[in-house]
Amino acid sequence: MKSATPATPTVALPAEWRDFFALTKPRVMTLVIFSGLCGLLAAPATIHPVIAFTAILCIAVGAGGAAALNMWWEADLDAGMKRTATRPLPSGRMDPTSARDFGIALSAGSVGVMGLGVNWLAAGILAFSIFYYAWIYTVWLKPRTPQNIVIGGGAGAFPPLIGWVAVTGDITLMPVLLFAIIFMWTPPHFWALALFVQTDYAKVGIPMMPVIAGEKSTRRQILIYAVLLLPVTLAPWFIGGTGWVYGLSALLLGLVFVALSAKVGLRDTGPDDKMLPEKRLFGYSILYLFVLFGMLAFDRLATVQGWQ
Amino acid sequence: MMNDPHKFQTPQPEHLSKEQSDLYRARQRGRNKVLGLVLGSLAVLFFAISIVKIAAQVNGAN
Repeated sequence: MKSATPATPTVALPAEWRDFFALTKPRVMTLVIFSGLCGLLAAPATIHPVIAFTAILCIAVGAGGAAALNMWWEADLDAGMKRTATRPLPSGRMDPTSARDFGIALSAGSVGVMGLGVNWLAAGILAFSIFYYAWIYTVWLKPRTPQNIVIGGGAGAFPPLIGWVAVTGDITLMPVLLFAIIFMWTPPHFWALALFVQTDYAKVGIPMMPVIAGEKSTRRQILIYAVLLLPVTLAPWFIGGTGWVYGLSALLLGLVFVALSAKVGLRDTGPDDKMLPEKRLFGYSILYLFVLFGMLAFDRLATVQGWQ
Repeated sequence: MMNDPHKFQTPQPEHLSKEQSDLYRARQRGRNKVLGLVLGSLAVLFFAISIVKIAAQVNGAN
């Protein structure tokens, strides 16, 4: 049954719980949990550990619900790409209705618990972030515009904002800047990936930037976003929202990010290119975000402890 | 872009071979165990949230 193809009628056994778990995109969720936790830890107030745990759980489950809805909607596209063909739906291990219902249940449950257990502003932003990813990005923008990643990047930018709002109960400039950091980070991160998997996206007709605007334009835009990202990451320091621990870290990390992006942005490739600078930039971009947000949380600890 | 939900049919146990039947039951058992664990954890979480909220109310009133 595991090898059943979606093109022919299939007698499906019940999906395994692991397949439901896979629908939540656990790897993406790691970054969501981490950035949400950092937003929560960096906020200038205190929150009971149980409520903090609830907030992070809701952010993670909400992201999982949105991911499940994304996989439900894109099952046919996923079947056409090597990277995603083994997912539970395209491989025929799960029926679409179960995936859809699972996504709706996780989304509604996470918003409800966030509202009742933490606060309704955080719940409202969480609900909007799920809608943003599942509808605005997945259904509307991704198949229509090569700018899909730029605007869709907003979906991944919500966790630190929600984490912050879960603690403070209001929105100020700082959490908006945290949102802006991930928003600006997403295009160079994702386009670096799209450069070395572009044949897959072209095959299923997704208008990714390298497919529509060409490699050269994509490379230039990666560099532009990387350069713009640097002052955005330094803004929390400039407005006094963080100390020098975060500020210097952001500066050093950002300079490396710009240097790696410049290598990608200023080169031309031949037909058999191994795309090593693109792979290096993609790998570094993940590390970059983890360390940057880790330093944001550490900066708050340093301030509370009087180290800076 | 969605899959056609009608191409999947719920299997009838009497139509399954012994191996399929064993696999069917093993998957159901696995799902039931995980669901039980999730529901149990949620009950503990809701209890903990309630205690924290009540304690905050009591402290606020005093």
